[in-house]
Amino acid sequence: MNRHVPPHVAAAEARSSGEGGLGCTDVVPIKERGQHEVFCGLTSIIWLHRKVQDAFFLIVGSRTCAHLMQSAAGVMIFAEPRFGTAIIDDRDLSGMADMYEELDKVVDRLIARRPDIRMLVLVGSCPSEVIKLDLGRAAQKLNARMAPDVRVLSYSGSGIETTFTQGEDNFLHALVEATPKAAPDAPRQLLVAGCLADVVEDQFARIFEALGIGNVHFLPARAAGDLPPVGTNTIVLMVQPYLTETAKLLTRRGADVLIAPFPLGEEGTTAWLKAAADAFGVPADRFDAITMAGRERAAKAVSLYRERLDGKRVFFFPDSQMEPSLARFLSREAGAEIIEVGTPYLNKAHMAPDLALLPGSVRLAEGQHVDKQIDRCRADDPDLIICGMGLGNPFEAEGRTTKWSIEFAFTPIQGYEQAGDLAELFARPIGRRDLLQVEV
Amino acid sequence: MQLTVWTYEGPPHVGAMRVATGMKGLHYVLHAPQGDTYADLLFTMIERRKQRPPVTYTTFQARDLGADTAEIFKTACKEAVDRFDPQAIIVGASCTAELIQDDPGGLAKTLDLSVPVIPLELPSYQKKENWGAAETFFQLVRGLAGGRTPEPKPEGAPKSCNILGPTALGFRHRDDVTEITRLLGALGVAVNVVAPMGATPHDLTRLPNADFNVVLYPEIAGTAAQWLKRTYRQPVVETVPMGVNATREFVREVAAIAGTDPEPVIAEADERFSWYSRSIDSNYLTGKRVFIFGDATHAIAAARVAQHELGFKVCGLGTYSREFARDVRAAAKDYGVEALITDDHLEVEDAIVAAQPELVLGTQMERHIAKRLRIGCAVISAPVHVQDFPARYSPFMGFEGANVMFDSFVHPLVMGLEEHLLGMFREDFEFNDGAQASHLAALHAGANHETIATPEARTAPDDKTQDVVANEGMAASFGSLSWTSDAEQELRKIPFFVRGKARRNTELFATEKGVNPITIETLYDAKAHFGR
Ligand code: SF4
Ligand code: SF4
Repeated sequence: MNRHVPPHVAAAEARSSGEGGLGCTDVVPIKERGQHEVFCGLTSIIWLHRKVQDAFFLIVGSRTCAHLMQSAAGVMIFAEPRFGTAIIDDRDLSGMADMYEELDKVVDRLIARRPDIRMLVLVGSCPSEVIKLDLGRAAQKLNARMAPDVRVLSYSGSGIETTFTQGEDNFLHALVEATPKAAPDAPRQLLVAGCLADVVEDQFARIFEALGIGNVHFLPARAAGDLPPVGTNTIVLMVQPYLTETAKLLTRRGADVLIAPFPLGEEGTTAWLKAAADAFGVPADRFDAITMAGRERAAKAVSLYRERLDGKRVFFFPDSQMEPSLARFLSREAGAEIIEVGTPYLNKAHMAPDLALLPGSVRLAEGQHVDKQIDRCRADDPDLIICGMGLGNPFEAEGRTTKWSIEFAFTPIQGYEQAGDLAELFARPIGRRDLLQVEV
Repeated sequence: MQLTVWTYEGPPHVGAMRVATGMKGLHYVLHAPQGDTYADLLFTMIERRKQRPPVTYTTFQARDLGADTAEIFKTACKEAVDRFDPQAIIVGASCTAELIQDDPGGLAKTLDLSVPVIPLELPSYQKKENWGAAETFFQLVRGLAGGRTPEPKPEGAPKSCNILGPTALGFRHRDDVTEITRLLGALGVAVNVVAPMGATPHDLTRLPNADFNVVLYPEIAGTAAQWLKRTYRQPVVETVPMGVNATREFVREVAAIAGTDPEPVIAEADERFSWYSRSIDSNYLTGKRVFIFGDATHAIAAARVAQHELGFKVCGLGTYSREFARDVRAAAKDYGVEALITDDHLEVEDAIVAAQPELVLGTQMERHIAKRLRIGCAVISAPVHVQDFPARYSPFMGFEGANVMFDSFVHPLVMGLEEHLLGMFREDFEFNDGAQASHLAALHAGANHETIATPEARTAPDDKTQDVVANEGMAASFGSLSWTSDAEQELRKIPFFVRGKARRNTELFATEKGVNPITIETLYDAKAHFGR
């Protein structure tokens, strides 16, 4: 994979490290193996099904999978969300029922009830993986029967293979796999990879257009079928840091995957846009002219919260793989001191620009041993802990201040116009602590 | 293989977690992949627990399969005992680990741990949460209270009992225990152990010392109580004290076992339910159609309160507790309805639409269904939601529980006087019956929700269809009948909350008389025929 580091990022890298080193680049992460307290990949369906509006995600799993989804997604608010679980039962396991036939029946009933569905996604779980249920084959057979009315894909979101956001990675991988290869002489196109809130996607689309980068596609598209052929004509700009498998596949397809800081905050967004601008040969003065207003607005919006965040010591538990980028934003634009950045998986290549911008004093942790990490966190006694929903209240009860990490995955935080919202997410619990006159 | 969008019960190991998390000094080592750790948030968020559940998950990964998942389990087990220093541990597998057959119980035995190990076999592909809780509690009781000799009691010591059944994440368990402990105290009965909630493994070894057992939640403690009865001859108080009459029966049943006089306790009860229900302004409650769905115990109790203590009409009764289907069927028969036994909320929704109730008593799921259909609703049963842990004291059991039930069952209905006024002013130009009644102010059907109200409308998620259908008190049930436009107009003048009933009665009447189409005349003939 080629590493395109935009010039001003290289400059920032040099700046950040004081001694002319590369920030956090050479910090050796603590690699831990113990209890992981992170969701499995199924959970990314929560935003995927909202994004791809004509797709249905059918998990083939257990009652646990169904219960996870309803607990994490607050499913009651949707009478019929576009996801569900085909629960494997003991009849299936004992061989009394043929599982592929059972699945066929479930699918038929589902499609009969939801004729609006254009793409059916079979999602593998731990049980389906362990019993080696071949969902790829099932998808193929269903496809033969139902395409082109309904296209059928499959991927695994199982907890034995994926954490949280890796589910999206596997889904996008499956989407790309299903797209045709672009002709060698096809016009160049920009593919922005990774789920974004529609509002953010629209903002970015407007900026790319203003920059003169005309041929832009987003992965995933809002309608399942709207993905262009992908090949050597494609420049990929990842908007999310967790797309390891998708990026590998795109590279194999001959696409050029840009490496840039992720678009969080003013600095990240500018560097990220710049990577695309450079790849498409946008003149520097045009780039500055187009991005100036956004940069100023972002800086101004973040400055409103700077006072609350400046000098605050922050500890990140692993969750979405966005942690290094979030920490970079918090450190460089809000003046926070980052104690530990936990991440379920550290893709050093994709994260290189962000890591370079983090101070060398940051402790990196990959994987998890939750008890040991809790001990470290207590010893560090940070001002703010970014952690999962299972840990938040127990830490609060100890008198600590926390923020649910999942909010960073669910809230639109990318781009200039959301930079203030991002800062506010971090600042709110701190402000609330100052405000409240109740002790626990 | 069953398509499921939402379930009333989680997997059985979540039931085991509810037992473990309610207790103190117990730790649960669960062989499970990382995603299963989501269950922690049920306790720390919904119940706002201040501690993490006492559960260690092994979080094995695909690359461990076939290699050393057993070793991972053993390490996790040892580390958990070292770190948490429990009095006992329970060990088991979630759905995925069940498939790889590592035998957590056997593995834990090889470790020579310093504490008792109670292995759990919870078949994930067969059973559900409440069964898992019951089985876990039973295994704990058998494992820890088995083979003991009850301590002899000093002469003249008061009778004592155990209170069995409350767990973490239970519907109002916290306050029920307080209320029933108080009630037993008033009867001069000492509480020996409350379990699982609040008990340590050591406390469970003391269970045999009690004279009898009170089972608050048969779904959870039924099996254990029967075992204690067989093993230690401890009688079981079977009446669940929910509602005024059941509470009185409970008091008498306890008093009979304890040899005390129940009547002063009954006479002095701080109970307003009976008077409020007898009070003249409660006349309007008569015959209100109520649909009830929940766990078996709460559903049966709510039906009794609704029909016999408030004068409602039970028009539907059901449960998701298949293990208790027979009890619910028997109760339903008394009310002349057919019991609905299902764990498919879409089926419950269809049943509610068909029954055309004026009030729904159910779980959080039925609350959402009722909201969409614009019917008043109160929550009476788990699965729980953060709102089911109110800051104030609000038991469902005992005399105070009856008071709480009066308020929660009656307030969602349009108040009697308000109903007259609405009727009087329905022609007033300022009266807009598209507007919501005050008690439904929180209603946000359509706006924030991707909702689809009725089975017919389900394939067409269209807010308009939904509103019309809901406003009309649901779709006409008599297919071939038609209404003249005048009659439709007249029907619209009837306040929305009785419109469904008016439509239904008129159509029934028209069918009986063979009238078609329905005219204004038919409407009023039917009104005269049925009375109000
Ligand atoms: S208000 Fe919203 S979140 Fe709360 S119970 Fe209703 S739908 Fe669920
Ligand atoms: S970790 Fe596995 S079994 Fe558990 S919810 Fe996720 S996919 Fe299902």
